Amino acid sequence: MLSLIEIWSNIIINILVILFILVGTFFILSASIGIVRFPDVYTRLHAATKASTLGIACILIGAFLFLYGSHGIVSGKLLLAVVFILLTAPVSAHMIARAAHQKGIKPYLKSRTDAYEDAIQNYNKKKQPSK
Amino acid sequence: MNDLLALTEQILQVSLVICFIGIAASLILLLYQVMIGPTQPDRAVALDTMGINIMALAGLLSISIVTSKLNDVVLLIGILSFLGTLAIAKYLEKGVIIDRNLE
Repeated sequence: MLSLIEIWSNIIINILVILFILVGTFFILSASIGIVRFPDVYTRLHAATKASTLGIACILIGAFLFLYGSHGIVSGKLLLAVVFILLTAPVSAHMIARAAHQKGIKPYLKSRTDAYEDAIQNYNKKKQPSK
Repeated sequence: MNDLLALTEQILQVSLVICFIGIAASLILLLYQVMIGPTQPDRAVALDTMGINIMALAGLLSISIVTSKLNDVVLLIGILSFLGTLAIAKYLEKGVIIDRNLE
Protein backbone atom coordinates (compact mmCIF):
# COMPACT_ATOMS: atom_id res chain seq x y z
CA MET A 1 0.00 0.00 0.00
CA LEU A 2 1.38 3.35 -1.03
CA SER A 3 1.64 6.09 1.52
CA LEU A 4 -0.31 9.32 1.18
CA ILE A 5 2.68 11.42 0.16
CA GLU A 6 3.65 9.01 -2.62
CA ILE A 7 0.11 9.01 -4.03
CA TRP A 8 -0.07 12.80 -4.04
CA SER A 9 3.36 13.19 -5.63
CA ASN A 10 2.38 10.66 -8.34
CA ILE A 11 -0.80 12.63 -9.03
CA ILE A 12 1.11 15.92 -9.30
CA ILE A 13 3.77 14.40 -11.59
CA ASN A 14 1.05 12.90 -13.82
CA ILE A 15 -0.67 16.28 -14.15
CA LEU A 16 2.66 17.97 -14.98
CA VAL A 17 3.46 15.33 -17.63
CA ILE A 18 0.04 15.79 -19.25
CA LEU A 19 0.51 19.58 -19.37
CA PHE A 20 4.05 19.34 -20.78
CA ILE A 21 3.26 16.90 -23.59
CA LEU A 22 0.07 18.72 -24.62
CA VAL A 23 1.86 22.10 -24.77
CA GLY A 24 4.76 20.55 -26.69
CA THR A 25 2.45 18.95 -29.25
CA PHE A 26 0.62 22.25 -29.71
CA PHE A 27 3.86 24.10 -30.45
CA ILE A 28 5.18 21.42 -32.85
CA LEU A 29 1.88 21.33 -34.74
CA SER A 30 1.79 25.13 -35.00
CA ALA A 31 5.39 25.10 -36.27
CA SER A 32 4.38 22.76 -39.09
CA ILE A 33 1.35 24.89 -39.97
CA GLY A 34 3.66 27.93 -40.03
CA ILE A 35 6.11 26.17 -42.36
CA VAL A 36 3.29 25.39 -44.78
CA ARG A 37 1.70 28.85 -44.59
CA PHE A 38 4.64 31.29 -44.64
CA PRO A 39 5.61 32.83 -48.02
CA ASP A 40 9.36 32.32 -48.39
CA VAL A 41 12.31 30.46 -46.91
CA TYR A 42 13.50 33.22 -44.56
CA THR A 43 10.14 33.49 -42.82
CA ARG A 44 9.81 29.69 -42.76
CA LEU A 45 13.02 29.51 -40.73
CA HIS A 46 11.38 31.53 -37.94
CA ALA A 47 8.66 28.90 -37.46
CA ALA A 48 11.02 25.96 -37.90
CA THR A 49 13.59 27.20 -35.40
CA LYS A 50 11.73 28.85 -32.54
CA ALA A 51 8.42 27.04 -32.19
CA SER A 52 9.62 23.51 -32.76
CA THR A 53 12.59 24.01 -30.39
CA LEU A 54 10.17 24.96 -27.60
CA GLY A 55 7.90 22.02 -28.48
CA ILE A 56 10.62 19.38 -28.41
CA ALA A 57 12.00 20.81 -25.14
CA CYS A 58 8.54 20.54 -23.53
CA ILE A 59 7.99 16.94 -24.72
CA LEU A 60 11.43 15.74 -23.59
CA ILE A 61 11.03 17.39 -20.17
CA GLY A 62 7.65 15.64 -19.91
CA ALA A 63 9.28 12.27 -20.67
CA PHE A 64 12.00 13.02 -18.10
CA LEU A 65 9.40 13.81 -15.41
CA PHE A 66 7.41 10.66 -16.26
CA LEU A 67 10.46 8.39 -15.99
CA TYR A 68 11.43 10.08 -12.73
CA GLY A 69 7.96 9.71 -11.25
CA SER A 70 7.21 6.13 -12.32
CA HIS A 71 10.61 4.42 -11.94
CA GLY A 72 12.80 6.93 -10.12
CA ILE A 73 15.15 7.02 -13.12
CA VAL A 74 17.01 10.31 -13.50
CA SER A 75 17.80 10.15 -17.20
CA GLY A 76 20.48 12.70 -18.06
CA LYS A 77 20.31 11.77 -21.75
CA LEU A 78 16.96 13.49 -22.23
CA LEU A 79 18.25 16.72 -20.66
CA LEU A 80 21.36 16.38 -22.85
CA ALA A 81 19.10 16.05 -25.90
CA VAL A 82 17.28 19.29 -24.90
CA VAL A 83 20.61 21.14 -24.55
CA PHE A 84 21.80 19.67 -27.87
CA ILE A 85 18.66 20.83 -29.70
CA LEU A 86 18.97 24.31 -28.17
CA LEU A 87 22.58 24.47 -29.42
CA THR A 88 22.17 23.01 -32.91
CA ALA A 89 18.86 24.41 -34.20
CA PRO A 90 20.20 28.01 -34.64
CA VAL A 91 23.35 26.71 -36.34
CA SER A 92 21.46 24.69 -38.95
CA ALA A 93 19.02 27.57 -39.53
CA HIS A 94 21.95 29.93 -40.09
CA MET A 95 23.57 27.52 -42.56
CA ILE A 96 20.34 27.10 -44.55
CA ALA A 97 19.68 30.86 -44.63
CA ARG A 98 23.22 31.61 -45.83
CA ALA A 99 22.97 28.93 -48.53
CA ALA A 100 19.63 30.33 -49.69
CA HIS A 101 21.00 33.89 -49.83
CA GLN A 102 24.07 32.77 -51.74
CA LYS A 103 21.91 30.93 -54.28
CA GLY A 104 20.16 34.26 -54.96
CA ILE A 105 16.72 33.62 -53.48
CA LYS A 106 15.06 37.01 -52.94
CA PRO A 107 13.12 37.77 -49.73
CA TYR A 108 9.35 38.13 -49.83
CA LEU A 109 8.33 41.42 -51.48
CA LYS A 110 6.39 42.84 -48.55
CA SER A 111 9.21 42.22 -46.04
CA ARG A 112 11.81 44.86 -45.25
CA THR A 113 14.96 45.50 -47.25
CA ASP A 114 17.71 42.92 -47.50
CA ALA A 115 20.12 43.89 -44.71
CA TYR A 116 22.59 41.07 -45.43
CA GLU A 117 22.95 42.22 -49.07
CA ASP A 118 23.59 45.81 -47.88
CA ALA A 119 26.24 44.57 -45.45
CA ILE A 120 28.03 42.62 -48.22
CA GLN A 121 28.01 45.71 -50.47
CA ASN A 122 29.35 47.95 -47.66
CA TYR A 123 32.11 45.44 -47.01
CA ASN A 124 33.10 45.33 -50.68
CA LYS A 125 33.02 49.14 -50.89
CA LYS A 126 35.27 49.39 -47.84
CA LYS A 127 37.66 46.80 -49.24
CA GLN A 128 37.96 48.43 -52.67
CA PRO A 129 40.21 51.49 -51.94
CA SER A 130 42.83 49.48 -50.05
CA LYS A 131 43.63 47.39 -53.12
CA MET B 1 -6.97 9.10 -3.35
CA ASN B 2 -6.43 5.94 -5.39
CA ASP B 3 -9.39 6.89 -7.57
CA LEU B 4 -7.76 10.25 -8.35
CA LEU B 5 -4.46 8.53 -9.23
CA ALA B 6 -6.25 6.11 -11.58
CA LEU B 7 -8.12 9.04 -13.14
CA THR B 8 -4.90 10.97 -13.90
CA GLU B 9 -3.34 7.84 -15.39
CA GLN B 10 -6.35 7.40 -17.70
CA ILE B 11 -6.16 11.08 -18.72
CA LEU B 12 -2.43 10.57 -19.43
CA GLN B 13 -3.23 7.66 -21.76
CA VAL B 14 -5.87 9.70 -23.63
CA SER B 15 -3.59 12.72 -23.97
CA LEU B 16 -0.79 10.45 -25.27
CA VAL B 17 -3.11 9.33 -28.08
CA ILE B 18 -3.95 12.99 -28.80
CA CYS B 19 -0.24 13.86 -28.94
CA PHE B 20 0.53 10.95 -31.29
CA ILE B 21 -2.25 12.10 -33.64
CA GLY B 22 -1.04 15.73 -33.52
CA ILE B 23 2.56 14.85 -34.34
CA ALA B 24 1.44 12.51 -37.11
CA ALA B 25 -0.60 15.35 -38.64
CA SER B 26 2.42 17.62 -38.34
CA LEU B 27 4.60 15.04 -40.15
CA ILE B 28 2.03 14.82 -42.96
CA LEU B 29 2.04 18.63 -43.33
CA LEU B 30 5.85 18.65 -43.48
CA LEU B 31 5.88 15.86 -46.07
CA TYR B 32 3.49 17.95 -48.19
CA GLN B 33 5.88 20.90 -47.83
CA VAL B 34 8.84 18.72 -48.88
CA MET B 35 6.91 17.75 -52.02
CA ILE B 36 5.64 21.20 -53.06
CA GLY B 37 8.48 23.42 -51.74
CA PRO B 38 9.27 26.01 -54.44
CA THR B 39 13.04 26.07 -53.84
CA GLN B 40 15.58 23.62 -52.47
CA PRO B 41 16.18 25.44 -49.11
CA ASP B 42 12.44 25.20 -48.36
CA ARG B 43 12.73 21.44 -48.64
CA ALA B 44 15.83 21.50 -46.41
CA VAL B 45 13.92 23.43 -43.70
CA ALA B 46 11.05 20.95 -43.82
CA LEU B 47 13.42 17.97 -43.59
CA ASP B 48 15.16 19.50 -40.56
CA THR B 49 11.83 19.94 -38.79
CA MET B 50 10.85 16.36 -39.69
CA GLY B 51 13.91 15.21 -37.73
CA ILE B 52 12.75 17.19 -34.70
CA ASN B 53 9.25 15.69 -35.02
CA ILE B 54 10.67 12.14 -35.09
CA MET B 55 12.58 12.97 -31.88
CA ALA B 56 9.29 14.02 -30.29
CA LEU B 57 7.66 10.77 -31.47
CA ALA B 58 10.43 8.72 -29.82
CA GLY B 59 10.03 10.69 -26.58
CA LEU B 60 6.27 10.10 -26.54
CA LEU B 61 6.80 6.39 -27.30
CA SER B 62 9.08 6.10 -24.27
CA ILE B 63 6.17 7.40 -22.15
CA SER B 64 3.65 5.10 -23.83
CA ILE B 65 5.61 1.85 -23.40
CA VAL B 66 7.14 2.63 -20.01
CA THR B 67 10.85 2.29 -20.75
CA SER B 68 14.07 4.29 -20.54
CA LYS B 69 15.79 2.50 -23.43
CA LEU B 70 14.57 4.97 -26.05
CA ASN B 71 16.59 7.87 -24.62
CA ASP B 72 19.67 6.90 -26.66
CA VAL B 73 17.43 6.82 -29.74
CA VAL B 74 16.25 10.41 -29.11
CA LEU B 75 19.83 11.69 -28.80
CA LEU B 76 21.01 9.72 -31.85
CA ILE B 77 18.17 10.97 -34.08
CA GLY B 78 19.01 14.54 -33.04
CA ILE B 79 22.69 14.19 -33.93
CA LEU B 80 21.98 12.51 -37.29
CA SER B 81 19.37 15.13 -38.22
CA PHE B 82 21.82 17.96 -37.41
CA LEU B 83 24.59 16.38 -39.52
CA GLY B 84 22.21 15.77 -42.41
CA THR B 85 21.00 19.36 -42.37
CA LEU B 86 24.57 20.68 -42.33
CA ALA B 87 25.48 18.44 -45.28
CA ILE B 88 22.44 19.58 -47.29
CA ALA B 89 23.15 23.26 -46.54
CA LYS B 90 26.78 22.97 -47.56
CA TYR B 91 25.85 21.10 -50.73
CA LEU B 92 23.35 23.83 -51.67
CA GLU B 93 25.92 26.54 -50.96
CA LYS B 94 29.06 25.21 -52.67
CA GLY B 95 28.05 22.20 -54.74
CA VAL B 96 30.42 19.92 -52.81
CA ILE B 97 30.25 18.60 -49.25
CA ILE B 98 33.92 17.73 -48.66
CA ASP B 99 36.22 20.10 -50.55
CA ARG B 100 39.71 18.66 -50.90
CA ASN B 101 41.68 21.66 -52.14
CA LEU B 102 42.64 23.63 -49.05
CA GLU B 103 43.48 27.17 -50.02
